[in-house]
Amino acid sequence: MTPVLIAQLLLTFFVFFMLLNSAAVMVYAERKVAAFLQQRIGPSLVGPKGMLQPMADIVKLLFKEDLRPAAADKFLFVLAPVVSATAAFAAFAVVPFGAETTFFGLLDEPIKLQVADVNVAVLVIFAVASMGVYGIVLAGWSSNSKYSLLGGLRSSAQMISYELSYGLALAGVLVVANSMSLTEIVDGQSGTWLGFIPRWFVFLQPVGFLIYMTAGLAETNRAPFDFPEAEQELVAGYHTEYSSMAFAMFFMAEYINMVTVSAVATDLFLGGWHGPFLPESLGWIWFLLKVSAILFCYIWVRWTLPRYRYDQLMRFGWKVLLPVAAVNLMVTAAGVLYFAR
Amino acid sequence: MLFYVFASIAVVASLLVIAQRNPIHSVLLLVASFGALSGLYVLLDAPFVAVIQIIVYAGAIMVLFLFVVMLLNAPVEDTEYDQKVHPLLRQGPTRFGVLLAVALVAELFWALTKGGGESGAFAGGAVSSVRTIGRSLFTNYSFAFEVTSILILVAMVGAVVLARQER
Repeated sequence: MTPVLIAQLLLTFFVFFMLLNSAAVMVYAERKVAAFLQQRIGPSLVGPKGMLQPMADIVKLLFKEDLRPAAADKFLFVLAPVVSATAAFAAFAVVPFGAETTFFGLLDEPIKLQVADVNVAVLVIFAVASMGVYGIVLAGWSSNSKYSLLGGLRSSAQMISYELSYGLALAGVLVVANSMSLTEIVDGQSGTWLGFIPRWFVFLQPVGFLIYMTAGLAETNRAPFDFPEAEQELVAGYHTEYSSMAFAMFFMAEYINMVTVSAVATDLFLGGWHGPFLPESLGWIWFLLKVSAILFCYIWVRWTLPRYRYDQLMRFGWKVLLPVAAVNLMVTAAGVLYFAR
Repeated sequence: MLFYVFASIAVVASLLVIAQRNPIHSVLLLVASFGALSGLYVLLDAPFVAVIQIIVYAGAIMVLFLFVVMLLNAPVEDTEYDQKVHPLLRQGPTRFGVLLAVALVAELFWALTKGGGESGAFAGGAVSSVRTIGRSLFTNYSFAFEVTSILILVAMVGAVVLARQER
């Protein structure tokens, strides 16, 4: 085993571990921010400022009974949360989160801070995200309960509808960056215009960014688009019948998906690890800050906007978001054709 | 080595698709088969095609299949015909299906024994590059591309018309 290979393996485990952790951190952040927005204190008893609350939650979930409905499809019922969690983890594999590094001279040749550098990375993320739907749909169907089934049906309809706008928003960036590799896209955003405006694609693609963030909310089933688990109508939607760690896996998958969507948004629109003041080797700090900012906005949106009605969601997705995304892509393509010549 | 893994998954999953009574299981096995196909494309050094296979077939079309099957909520496929009757002697659509299957097997046999025509060499090296695929789509194959898009447009208009009539 060469040192580079060992470093790659360690990096892979590190990413896996950090994603697991990010879910726990997000649980805490969500509850604290929600409490802040509602002028409450939030979790405060377990550990300093309630910071060990996620640990307590995990322990509690571990000791819960693993229930399974008698009429459920046994195999698919067990498989569904696994599919959800796997898809959530897999998507992050192609996301770069820092510049090439030798780890302070430990390695002879620099490696990329990324699990796998694929030249069609953007499409891989898109493909894995579309696989995530299966977890939810299967959970809904295999539970053999009307609430779960309705949740699963809504989820599949919603995700198919918003994937189109999501893809078109991504395509705008691909046209501007002239590449499908996330590393190359991030490198295309280094430097500044006029000396102080960073060369981020969000300034070239403001509409695309907004569409991406909106569709990202729908893709991760977050409020105001959390129809698959609308409590008031569907108890808990697709995971009504799940308990214990199986439920925890769905929960974890949702938060990891949010982290992935935010990380991809950072790479595509916000310049990835490029930022002022810090040397290139510490760029991952910028990356972390940007991802945290987007995640905060996601939580903020959830506790500010009420849930849409289902027909409103569909109308918005097909009649507003999709046409706007298509026009955005056409204008971008025309602009690139005009200015690149 | 990996080829045999992916190929056997694809073949077994495809066979199980038609051997299953539960339509949901069939749909999922078809997804598994598409996944294995996508793995084969990766082995052929065509990551773009592999990813598109997943996005379009496994990600979009099969989710729609699943959606429709779940809406109809048919737990077990209805068998109209008596199991004892020989497949070739059954009525209606089954007979047509058998005819198609026989034609397919004959074609496969013909294609395999013919020794294979010469596969056209792909100009410009790596097929994996998205740029290469895009360029050849819009130059050499632009006619086929445009005809396909018109076909899809017609299908879309047809679907809308059919959906409207029900109201």
